[in-house]
Amino acid sequence: MRRTISFTLNGKPTSLEADDEQMLLWVLRYDLGLTGTKYGCGQALCGACTVVVENEAVRACATTLGDIAGKSVLTVEGLAQEGKLHPLQQAFLRHNAFQCGYCTPGMILSAYALLRKTPQPTEEQIRRHMDDNLCRCGSHTRVVEAIQEAAKERA
Amino acid sequence: MGAQEKVTNEPNTTKTNATQVSRREFLGLTGSGLFVFFWAGTRGFSQETARPSQRFGYPEDFNAYLRIAPDGRVTCLVGKIEMGEGVMTSLPMMLADELDVALDSVDIVMGDTDLCPWDMGTFGSLSTRQFGPILRKAGAEARAVLLQMAAERLNASVERLNTKDGVVSDPSTGNHVSYGELVQGKRIERHLDKDKVVVKPASALKIWGQSPVRRDGLDKVTGKGKFAADFVLPGMLHARMLRPPAHGATLKHVDTSAAEKIEGVRIIRDGELIAVLHIHRDVADRAKSLIKAEYEVPPVTLDDRTIFDHLLKVAPQPRVVDESGDLKQGEKLSKTIVEETYLNSYVSHAPIEPHSATAAMENGRVTVWVGTQTPFPVKQRVAEALGLRPEKVHIIVPYVGGGFGGKSASQQAMEAARLAKITGQPVQVLWDRSEEFFFDTFRPAAVVKIRAGIDGTGRLTLWDFRVIAAGEREAKSFYDAPHRRTTSSGEWSDENPELHPFAVGPWRAPSVNTNTFARESHMDTLARNAGLDPVEFRLKNLSNKRMRNVLQLAAKQFGWKPAEKQHGHGYGVSCGTDTGTYVAMIAEVVVDEGTGAVRVNRVLCVQDQGATVNPEGTRQQIEGGIMMGLGYALSEEVRFRGREILDRNFDSYALPRFSWLPKIESFLVDNPDLPASGCGEPPIINVGAVVANAIYDAVGARVLQLPMTPARVKAALPHT
Repeated sequence: MRRTISFTLNGKPTSLEADDEQMLLWVLRYDLGLTGTKYGCGQALCGACTVVVENEAVRACATTLGDIAGKSVLTVEGLAQEGKLHPLQQAFLRHNAFQCGYCTPGMILSAYALLRKTPQPTEEQIRRHMDDNLCRCGSHTRVVEAIQEAAKERA
Repeated sequence: MGAQEKVTNEPNTTKTNATQVSRREFLGLTGSGLFVFFWAGTRGFSQETARPSQRFGYPEDFNAYLRIAPDGRVTCLVGKIEMGEGVMTSLPMMLADELDVALDSVDIVMGDTDLCPWDMGTFGSLSTRQFGPILRKAGAEARAVLLQMAAERLNASVERLNTKDGVVSDPSTGNHVSYGELVQGKRIERHLDKDKVVVKPASALKIWGQSPVRRDGLDKVTGKGKFAADFVLPGMLHARMLRPPAHGATLKHVDTSAAEKIEGVRIIRDGELIAVLHIHRDVADRAKSLIKAEYEVPPVTLDDRTIFDHLLKVAPQPRVVDESGDLKQGEKLSKTIVEETYLNSYVSHAPIEPHSATAAMENGRVTVWVGTQTPFPVKQRVAEALGLRPEKVHIIVPYVGGGFGGKSASQQAMEAARLAKITGQPVQVLWDRSEEFFFDTFRPAAVVKIRAGIDGTGRLTLWDFRVIAAGEREAKSFYDAPHRRTTSSGEWSDENPELHPFAVGPWRAPSVNTNTFARESHMDTLARNAGLDPVEFRLKNLSNKRMRNVLQLAAKQFGWKPAEKQHGHGYGVSCGTDTGTYVAMIAEVVVDEGTGAVRVNRVLCVQDQGATVNPEGTRQQIEGGIMMGLGYALSEEVRFRGREILDRNFDSYALPRFSWLPKIESFLVDNPDLPASGCGEPPIINVGAVVANAIYDAVGARVLQLPMTPARVKAALPHT
């Protein structure tokens, strides 16, 4: 049903005339111009479309607008504050924790949700939390190191 | 000096021949400066240069060039693309070093068919290995020209002058002039004669060997970097194509009436192409699901279990790749002969970015943003598909979300361009994961048969290696065997519908993973038969110095081999060569005998790739190669029935993930005076064998088929 759907996007109140069933991934990319959130598998199996909703990592390809109505959504575009990169972005950059970079926004947002809940995760907790974020280039070692470093900085 | 020189104060505007016309197309706006045109040597070029028509009137005397502009900025324009390997970082490093300019004053423009001269494509670890050395020479040539000009300007001999940070100076007088000042108001064109230019010795290189921040880094951590589907144009339609259930299926009946009832949906039928378009992707998805289609599917004659017998049956005549001595004699000298058959299944590229393209037609000219490894061949195919002259097609390759050999055909570019032309609106094609698996050009399923013998002292006496359907790259063994023969039957690059039920193609280190798995598994079995340690056995049969060196170094760094090991733990070794690079790998695994599950705890890689341009970039390739390799070693195989692909997403096709991550150690042998060889492919080639050999060491199971799934490991366990 078409209605006004309101939510907070990257800290800003946002309203759309839309259907509840519209997929968050496509709305972000094609209606709101936030193309940092990527399509990878369409079935919540790869994590390329990960965004943070109310501090939880969710897959935007399996989340509808109805699901996020009234909630707060964070995408990769909302991480840097006043031109300053988020510590996770800085750590990913320092560690070269990517190659092709397609899975990177989803990786960073998954890690963001982890650190919100578990500010000082063990390596095992990082691996377990990140396990459903796929990276074909094989940057896993560096992603783990980058998350550890970002966590240390916050300590 | 090794170049033809042409100096004019104003760009020449007289059109004299086709070459100059098209050169002006992408040089027209560039104004003054020093230009060095050159050939980036790429394998297969000789063949392509023989067919200039394939290059649609692009200049035939160069395929890359660099420009030094009056503001001092250096730009390299080349049709290669960045898909994660870091060439947009490593190529400017090489150029800055030769030119004596700051790294951040060098720009690189890649993969744009309006701006870059013709290039065949990006693959085979070629960018650094073949393009790099010539780019350095172009830099050296430019520096020589600038020195000559400075000598005249400063009234000094060239020998007296120094170059640093884009400035030529005369230490005896303190006079200096910048590169930008030298080219101000001039247009100087040089054609590199690569045989007459000498580059700096390794000892004089300063940037080479550093590990600067990746140039694509900021774009990638902020999400600002654009991939082909990130171009969102006003009025853009999302296109979903009707796809057959199996390769070779023919459409018998289609009913699109239900889909057409949805507001705003357009159905386009253009030859074999049936597309549903809508301004919203999810509406296009829903409309597509409402199409009723009946297909006639070809009869099922093959599946992923029977494919190997089929390959053996229909394989073309073998070609002898390497032969020496006499196999009969080798048999006589052998005390033990071991014969074995090794199999590997079809493997998918599975980049996380599916094939995607965005196309827009304006004033009879189409622009396509597309994730492809081959922008110029794609330009040609788009022109043919649309019936346009090539100059009416502009291909732009933004960031590519992984290729690994799978983004060459680029059918999605033609789909988007055709639909943009028909609808008159911009069109985006972003394949879903199911289409990505269906149309992938898999690494071919293959069979390797080896018959090899050793004498009583553990020396190789016989080596008879036959590879079927994988291809001959690195099929020839580097071990010393006096009586040997290697044959190859069927290449991955052959278009042979008899051999494979669907398309196959290059997959990171084509042929080499298959050949290395078989050879190194067999060497391990021979070592056991000889009663020798696997490292010792290899060294005993190896005179190649660089290979001996990487193997010995790997054994030393790893601490080969621990005197005691826990139950279920095992250690494996494997050696391989690829694109001129030598690699030795050692791994530790733990095998659960109850389930057959394998966990890889530690992998150590020693690589000798000659000179190393970017050590950090190389380490990324090694780590990535090992992680990607664990997939084909342990889990990745494409299941199929007839010509229907059964694995269509990551639920059943399992990629390596964080929980698999072993401890990875990498060591580079620095040979600064040798040319830089490939580093993108070599680290993946040993992963199958190193895991197989470690599994055998752990539990005595010799697994002969990739991937080594728990079921296959269990089946290979020795019966007690």
